[in-house]
Order: sequence, then C-alpha cells, then structure tokens
Amino acid sequence: MVEVKEKVEAEVRAEAEPYVVEISALDERGEPKPYKALNEEVHRAAAAGCDVIRLRDVHGQRFLAAGMEGRVRLEVYGTPGNDLGIFMDGPTIEVFGSAQDQTGNTMNNGKIVVHGNAWDVTAFAARGGKIFVRGDGGYRIGIHMKEFRRHRPVVVYGGCVREFFGEYMAGGLLVALGLDGRGNAATHNAGREVVGPGLATGIHGGVIYLRGDVPDHYLGVGAVKRGLDERDRKTLEPVLREFGEYFDVPLELIWEKPFTKVVPASSRPYGAYYCGKLI
Amino acid sequence: MADIYHEIPPRFQVEIDREKCRLCERCTVNCTYDVHSFQGERIVTRSENCVACQRCATMCPQGAISILPGKISFAPHYTYSERIRRIIYEQASTGGVMLAGSGTDLPYRVIFDDLLLDAAQVTNPSIDPLRETVETVTYLGRKPDRMFVTEGDGKLTVSRGADYPNVQLSTPIVVGHMSLGSISYNACVAILRAAKEVGTMVGTGEGGLHPDFYEYADVINSEVASGRFGIEPRYLKEIAALEIKIGQGAKPGHGGHLPGEKVDALISETRMIPKGTDALSPYPHHDIYSIEDLAQLIGALKEASRYRVPVGVKIAAVHNSAPIASGIARAGADFITLDGLRGGTGAAPRIIRDHAGIPVELAVAAVDRRLREEGIRHLVSIVAGGSIRYAADLVKVLALGADAAMVGQSVLIAMGCRACQMCHLGNCSWGIATQRPDLTRRLDVDIAAQRLANVFHAWTEELREILGALGIDSVESLVGNRDRLRYVGPNPKVAEVLGVKHAGEPWSD
Repeated sequence: MVEVKEKVEAEVRAEAEPYVVEISALDERGEPKPYKALNEEVHRAAAAGCDVIRLRDVHGQRFLAAGMEGRVRLEVYGTPGNDLGIFMDGPTIEVFGSAQDQTGNTMNNGKIVVHGNAWDVTAFAARGGKIFVRGDGGYRIGIHMKEFRRHRPVVVYGGCVREFFGEYMAGGLLVALGLDGRGNAATHNAGREVVGPGLATGIHGGVIYLRGDVPDHYLGVGAVKRGLDERDRKTLEPVLREFGEYFDVPLELIWEKPFTKVVPASSRPYGAYYCGKLI
Repeated sequence: MADIYHEIPPRFQVEIDREKCRLCERCTVNCTYDVHSFQGERIVTRSENCVACQRCATMCPQGAISILPGKISFAPHYTYSERIRRIIYEQASTGGVMLAGSGTDLPYRVIFDDLLLDAAQVTNPSIDPLRETVETVTYLGRKPDRMFVTEGDGKLTVSRGADYPNVQLSTPIVVGHMSLGSISYNACVAILRAAKEVGTMVGTGEGGLHPDFYEYADVINSEVASGRFGIEPRYLKEIAALEIKIGQGAKPGHGGHLPGEKVDALISETRMIPKGTDALSPYPHHDIYSIEDLAQLIGALKEASRYRVPVGVKIAAVHNSAPIASGIARAGADFITLDGLRGGTGAAPRIIRDHAGIPVELAVAAVDRRLREEGIRHLVSIVAGGSIRYAADLVKVLALGADAAMVGQSVLIAMGCRACQMCHLGNCSWGIATQRPDLTRRLDVDIAAQRLANVFHAWTEELREILGALGIDSVESLVGNRDRLRYVGPNPKVAEVLGVKHAGEPWSD
C-alpha cells in the first residue's frame, strides 16, 4: 500500500511541477564540502527520483555527475571543478558561471550548457551528447571525439578557443564562433583569433566549423580546409539555433560572417605506414 | 616495385613427403599464409611465405609435411646478423616502419633463470601441501593503514579503520589485457570461461567489452586507455576492477593503431566506432600529463564506479619505474601493474618492442623496495607481467615483490598458439590472433577454455608444492620475500638491484 501511495504521489508530482532538490556545496561552517560528500548527495537525490538538482555555492568540486545516467537535470551555481560530467550518460547540466578543465570528459550522452567559459580539454574522447559554451575555451578541446551509430557529439563554443582544437578527432561536430565571449549579447570578435595553431592534427573523422577564416599554417597534419555547401548549412542550422536559444544570440548575427570547414584528408592516416611481413 | 619475396631467401623450408601425400589438399585449406596450393597433380609449396605456424603439418593426416630451417644460408656475420639484414631488405622495399606481434624474441637475459629458490631444511620444517592448508587466495587492492585493538569484557577486539574495495583471486595469476581485436571472439570467450572457473580476473584491453561478455562481468578488469574506446556506464560499474593503461611492456610510450580493415562489425560494436575506420589510441592520455592529472582520472573512475571496485594503473617497466610507481600509489591507485620488456602485443613497432623498457624482474623488485622504503607498500597491490612463462616464473616474481602475476602469451600458447609472432598480420591460422570468421571458428571454445583452466590449476598446484617446500603456508608470506631467492647469474649488479643475495650466502651473516 505504501508503495502504491508513493507511486501515485510521484505521478502527481510529475504532472504538477518538477521535483526540485537544492543542495549547498558549503557545509554548516561555510567551508566547501569535499567532492566525495557533495557527489554522494547528488547521487542520493537522483536516486530519490528528483527531476532537478540545484547546486548552490559550488567551489571547484570535481567530478560532478561523474558516470551519472538518467534524465535528471543539474543546475550548477558557482564554479564546478574539473571533469564535470565525466563518463556521463544522459543528464543535463547547466552551469551558471564558468566550468574548469575537462568538462564532458569521455561523455557518452547528455547535455552540458555553460554560461561562461569552459577551459582546457573539453569533451575529450566524448562519444555523444552536446556541450554549449557561451564564452571561450583553452587548449586541446574536442580531442579524439568519436561517434557511433546514433551517438554523435556536438560541441559549440560561442567565443574563441586555443591551440590543438580537435586533435586526433575521429567523429562528431566541433564549432567555434569567435564571438565576444564575455557573456553579454555576443558581438563581433574584436581582433581575437577564433582558433590557434595545431588545429585538428591527426584528424581522421568528424568535422570542424569555424566562423571566419583560418590561416593555412594553423592546420595540423592530416587536416584540410573546405568551403561550406548547402549540406553543411543544414547540419549547422539546428546546432546554431540551439546555441542561440540558450544564450540569446540571433542567428543572423552568427551567419554574418562566412564559416570555414576543416575535415580529415583521409580516414586512414596510417594506411601505408607499416611493414613487417618478412621476419 | 620488385616483389621482395623473391629477392630474399626463405626463413623456412617446407617439404612434402610425396610418398605419404595423398593429395587431400587439407594443407591448402589450413594454411593462411599462401604456402600450399594444388596445381595439376601435386601440392606446390611456396616456402618463402611460411612463418612456421605448424598448422599444415599438424592438420596433415599423413604426417607428410616437414617445416625445416631455410636451406639457403646467409653468410655468417655477427654484426650484420641475418635478422638485421632481413629488416634492411624489407625496409628497402617498402619504406615502412617495421611492425611485429607477440613479445620480443631477442636474447635478452631472462633473469628468472638466474634465480634459485630456497627450501626448508631442519630448522624450518617444510609443509605437505596435500595434507595441510597452503593458502593461494590473493586480494588486490589497498590494505588498511593499521589495525585497532580494543580491550573490553575480558576480550580483545581487532578492527580495521577504513575498508577499501579489493578483488579476491583464488590464485595469484591474472590474465593480461588482450582485447577483442587483438584476439578473436572465441579466444576471448575461452579465456573468460577459464578465468571464471578458476576464480581469477581478465583484462579487457583497450577495446571495450562486447555485449555478450557482460555475463562474465565479475571476473572482468575494464581497461581505460588513451583511446577511451567502448567506455559506457556498465563498463565502469558492473565489473570487478578498473585499470588505467598508461603503458604496455611490448610498446612503452606508444599508443595503438588498429587499422581500419580490422574494424569489422564485431570490433565496431565493441570499440563503438564506425566500421572501417582506423582506431587510434593516442600515445599519452591527453587528460594526463602529470601525476596530479593521473590522480584526477583515478578519482573520476572511483566516483563513476561509486567506490565499489579497486582502480589500478598499468605502466610499462621503464628506467624510472620506482619513482613513477610511488607517484601512482600516492595518486590513489589501488593496484599497479608492471609490464616488462618481454611483454606481448597484437602489433607494435618492432623498434619499440625489441629495444624499449626493462625486464620485469628488475622493475618489480625496484618498485616493491621503493614503496616499502616509503612506507606506502600497503596502499597498492603490485601485479607483474611480461613473460611469466610458467609456474617457476610466477613463484619468483612473487618473491621479488609482486602480489600477483599477469600472463598473456602463456595463455595463448595453452590454447594452441605456436608463437610464430605474426599476430600483426591478422591471419592467425589457429583462430586466435585474427578476426577472419573462417579462421576464428577454428578455435573450439570448450577445448580452449578447458586447456587454459588446466594450466591455471597446474600452476596453482605447483605454487603450493613450492610454498610447501619453502615451509610457507600462504602466498602473502612469499610476496617480497627475497631471502628465499638466490642469484646465480653473471652480474652482481643485477643481484644488488633485485635485493637478492648470491647463492652460497646464508640468511644472515
């Protein structure tokens, strides 16, 4: 009977309004909780069936939502630590602030929206899910992203990113727009470069779209530049629309400047590299 | 470009006894290297293609086939040996990087063979392992810092502080990381089945876990390597242990390149990449450039697995292994795997396989000593592999400081591998190191699993025999017990690094 009652209550809740749990990342003395304790609370809240977990005063706690599954939504206020959403498979995380390094590391599925910057090694080896960042990124973003069947990771930076963007890339979609990443209504890039050198070194799958042009010598080994065709526009359109909706950036503004596409020269970079039949 | 095969004398000479041959053509069906063909009225052999895998000779119902050393001698030359001349010829033809399979076959001294075991005499009685308990159960994982003893009600109560997740092994042997890709589906199933029967653990390799293999999840050690292939929630949560692969004995510092032609439907499903694409494992993990970064990935894996399983780190045995292992232990790893110079591989650049790294004997002794000196040996278990050939090596590596031995090549040999070292070609005629469906079905899973389980049982019994002779009643008391080893090799420096006395020197002076 109790179980039935709980089930009915859960259904009523689902129809009425989302079941929200607020968790403070500070302990009773006002000190940041250790990541292990904070994550434990997050897992407990998710196991209790809540829809939204609102984390307040996050102070660099690492591994938030590591390996989490399901449809839960995390709202993070403050600054989450490294490896936000690592190995994640389903949840949505919205960060009202900046994220640190390795956001969405080896992510399987889900969504991460960052209203500030997300620095180095974002989406490393991600196989699926979406990451939208309003601002800038650091080095080695989107390294070795891959795709499989329905899984196709998408990473969009509103601002600029640095060296080694999309290195070793094996699949998915990487976008950097080079807009003013400071979080106001995005305006034109004031002399900043959308991407740094070492772009897409060793790329053998996936595609990179960069708003504006890129000097040829920025391209790494195995990467080639192409222009956009109608199919590219069709691929980009829904992704940019979603980005625009999160951060109030009008699509016309984004399309004002032409894009550059970067793709692999070959899907078999080591095709003729080896020998060894005789001894 | 000229056909290089006709320029170089064959390594082996394949001869058919025409008296015995009944032209059944079984050799032509069994050879996967294009040696035998039926032309007109006879079997024609192309010896230059032979790799001495022995498949044809084994399957010939008449016993008519002989595989002999090549008949055309190379003029003797110590410096420019036949091997080196062959490498130059091939590179002159192709301009490629030499690839090789298996482990190095160069005659580096096997230090295990220079070590002798002690035996109990008079002052320390030996134990009869058939009548008395000799414990081989081993636990991998962090051990408690201290025991707490409290007195009350006239009794002493012993308790541990924190409890850490450990994997229980019924015998101190684990199977190393051989992925589906490097070996066949049937070979993987046979290994998993044998491990389950024996009660030990199997590494997945850098390849993810095929959906069918989850029924063996409680003996699986999931590898997280630089390519991060096949990592999904259950790969981190439903298994017995997790292991971050930094390096491999056969190719320290190298990543992995699984060529697109080997990425068929099966591999595609396991690695979770599209069919026909190259699967590249980068040389480093691009989120690990320091011990601090390593600590971060260890922490992330513990979080993702909810602290249920131990998390290990595998490194190749290299010059600086001991300080690196100290860092790994302090980074929060629960076990460290050391893979030595002679460790195996499905494919590696020959120059790395043959010339990089150090023998595991030296690495395990150095790491064990360093961790003991620093008082952190209990933080980690040590697993050592890279040519643990048979039970004698197992016993010796435990005495040098390993908690368990990791085996690979011996596992394959137990299942029928002839160690021809052509794994990288993907045409294994025994159905082991191949993905070709017509070849993989040659390996009978039931037989292979039983043969492997037999080997593990035999090694465990031999381990008990030796422990009994040493007067030791558990594996744990043998681990790092260097005083039960003596060195008889030519180089006293080796004995010094191992921390082992020379034969003839007593326990204490």
